[in-house]
Amino acid sequence: MTLLTIRDLSVAINGTTILHDVNLTMQPGKVAAITGESGSGKSMTALAVMGLLPRGAVATGQIMLDGTDILQTSEPALCKMRGNTMGMVFQEPMTALNPVQTIGDQVAETILIHENTSKTAAHRRAAAMLERVGLPNDRFPLSRYPHELSGGQRQRVVIAMAIALRPKLLIADEPTTALDVTTQARILDLLRDLVREFDMGLLLITHDLAVVSDIADQVAVMQKGRVVEAAPTRQLLTDMRHPYTKALFAASTHTVYLPVRTASVPLLYAKNIVRDYPLPRKQLRGPRPHFRALDHVSFSIDHGERVGLVGESGCGKSTLTRAILGLEDVQGGQITLGGEPVFTGKKPNLTVRRKMQVVFQDPYGSFNPRHRVDRLITEPFHLLETPPTGMAREVEISKALQDVGLSQSDAKKYIHEFSGGQRQRIAIARALIIAPELIIFDEAVSALDVSVRAQVLDLIAALCRKRPLSYLFISHDLSVVRSITDRVIVMQAGKIVEQGETETVFTNPQHPYTQALLAAAPQLPELKHATEIV
Amino acid sequence: MIRYVTSRLASLIISLLVASIVIFAVIEVIPGDPASFMLGVNARPDTLAALRSEMGLDQPLIQRYFAWVTGLLQGDFGNSWTYKTPVADLINDRIWVSLPLAVYALVLSTLIAFPAGIYAASRRGSAGDVTIMGATQLGVAIPNFWFAMILVLIFAINLRWFSAGGFPGWDNPALALKSLTLPAISLALPQAAILARVMRSSLLDMLTEDFIRTARAKGLSHRQALWRHAVRNALIPVLTIIGLQFSFLLAGGIIIEQVFFLPGLGRLIFQSISARDLIVVESVVMLLVFTVIVVNFLVDMAYAIVDPRLRTKT
Repeated sequence: MTLLTIRDLSVAINGTTILHDVNLTMQPGKVAAITGESGSGKSMTALAVMGLLPRGAVATGQIMLDGTDILQTSEPALCKMRGNTMGMVFQEPMTALNPVQTIGDQVAETILIHENTSKTAAHRRAAAMLERVGLPNDRFPLSRYPHELSGGQRQRVVIAMAIALRPKLLIADEPTTALDVTTQARILDLLRDLVREFDMGLLLITHDLAVVSDIADQVAVMQKGRVVEAAPTRQLLTDMRHPYTKALFAASTHTVYLPVRTASVPLLYAKNIVRDYPLPRKQLRGPRPHFRALDHVSFSIDHGERVGLVGESGCGKSTLTRAILGLEDVQGGQITLGGEPVFTGKKPNLTVRRKMQVVFQDPYGSFNPRHRVDRLITEPFHLLETPPTGMAREVEISKALQDVGLSQSDAKKYIHEFSGGQRQRIAIARALIIAPELIIFDEAVSALDVSVRAQVLDLIAALCRKRPLSYLFISHDLSVVRSITDRVIVMQAGKIVEQGETETVFTNPQHPYTQALLAAAPQLPELKHATEIV
Repeated sequence: MIRYVTSRLASLIISLLVASIVIFAVIEVIPGDPASFMLGVNARPDTLAALRSEMGLDQPLIQRYFAWVTGLLQGDFGNSWTYKTPVADLINDRIWVSLPLAVYALVLSTLIAFPAGIYAASRRGSAGDVTIMGATQLGVAIPNFWFAMILVLIFAINLRWFSAGGFPGWDNPALALKSLTLPAISLALPQAAILARVMRSSLLDMLTEDFIRTARAKGLSHRQALWRHAVRNALIPVLTIIGLQFSFLLAGGIIIEQVFFLPGLGRLIFQSISARDLIVVESVVMLLVFTVIVVNFLVDMAYAIVDPRLRTKT
């Protein structure tokens, strides 16, 4: 029996059509994935199935779930179905839970709202469900508040809430995108087990093709509100028909070709770096406790060397970035760039500071929206003793923009006129404009769609060919780091556990943590040999 | 939680200490000395000398500060120069008008603002929302003394439901409350207008939060999600405004007390300033500062009750 049938679903919001004739069927006990880039309509499809389309949305077509047409069902009847017949898990576990209610109350609420049962009974069942999703009650009592849990643990609470009444359909919208790879692997395992155990259907919305090929029985690829291709996963992997599907998979496995590294004169030198953050006092007297974010970290970057830095959230990547940039002083050790310390006395050393630039993750948040592009990209000029003015400045601006594939006419535009990928190009232009000796890419491609990400990675490689760039590329995405760096540093809990030539580390990891990290990362099967895998 | 309370308490005590020093110092730095200020430029030297010794101005500064503070702690605020009675008695008479009036006004404004704000937020863009927002716009714009006069005109002069002013004392509580009703309404309405707007916008912010979407996915209706998940989270900014408003209501009722002939703290300050009675001014200001700081402390405690994340912080 079919669990879910979507027939010719079209959705328009305020007259703009968002979804065009979407068709999809799925069976109970199976995992169906919808994939595509941002804005392709994946989440909108999921919300339509939940009957939670935003205000002003008009849906036509049919969504048959377990014999009921969602689009023809009244809101009160939909309320009875949500949480009961269908449940949903969202992307952001940090904000998906009510911060002022205990996890027990929140899980029990699903039960209490649908069934006429006592509070005690509901809490007992909530406890059992939390236990099932991997939060045993002796360590995670019902009285815990969300802020006392990590992201992965919170996502487990959200899952417990969604499956408390054993719904027939579970919709998971990017459930692991905000999580670390090892946590992602465990959450995916949990979802896979639950599908089998409860015989429910899982509709998985994800942009990550590796996750799709790892877990889904069938895939629908969406582009601009249309399903361009839908097939069982194995079939799709071996025989892609639509050019967009091919392009999408090609972009996900995109490898860039870095020019061969030339000189090997040391540029950045970090020795025994220690960074402590003070914690609140436990007692009135005695020494103040510290959290050691960086624990005797030593490494170096040569001129023209491309170094990757990987590790899970909280391992000290960002702290290390701040220390290298001289934004904060360290409690031990020293960092030098070209022989000079990055931090002198109580303030960053400006002569060193102008030799470094950084590109951040969020292409939307890292620009002042009220400045024009020319002003944005010339911001680093304030580091120079004699910043170029007049004609010289114009030349620098147009050169920087052209270097990153934009045109001179973009200089007078505002940032909102650009797409995410273009913004990241502007961020790179801003970093390059004073020709720094070292660039730090802090998750610089993580927020981008795969095709845009491939373009930005190509841009970085092209810039390397133009003139030798030295950079530290921080990312949680191991496949990206593998293709864009010469050497890689693996961090765990404030310590460097392994460093070496990228290929060597990836093919023959020595430290157990590196091994675990690589094992947890979902991988796309080699498409050329996909037939062999099947 | 204990850590949180202790740290807030510590900050309360430090604030009080600093406030007392600042108030004392300000009175001290007035040109000449307090006694000559109070008596004016044409004072006779012997009167001045008498007042100086009465006020203890012939003693060293530190000693005077400690005498003042220990006096305050024991409820001894000194004697009023113009009324010739202990300041404590003066305050005691008036605080039983001003404090109930402030509480009354605050309760009224909360009772009006909460339902109005929640209703407007839950039906955003509807006729009800537009009406409420229009009314709050008016409420913020209209001066409360003008509103008080309109109330007197309608309810005291035309309908004769309330008296136009005066306060009969607390011997008959019902009558006392009745005479405070019109002043409380005129104080409360502008406050309610502000509070309703804060409540509405805070709730609307909350309604776009991810956890509201999660609640909806669990099967809660829009209204259930609002009541169970949004309201409590929306309270934090609202509590801040309530705390600020209480301090204002306690001392800021000067004009309303004048309009309704109420013998409250506002009038006392007003009269003491006109009469240059520095001892009274100093004590009443200290009392108001004390109230503000204590109310802030209570607001901090209310935060912790609403938001569990604060309980673990310092």
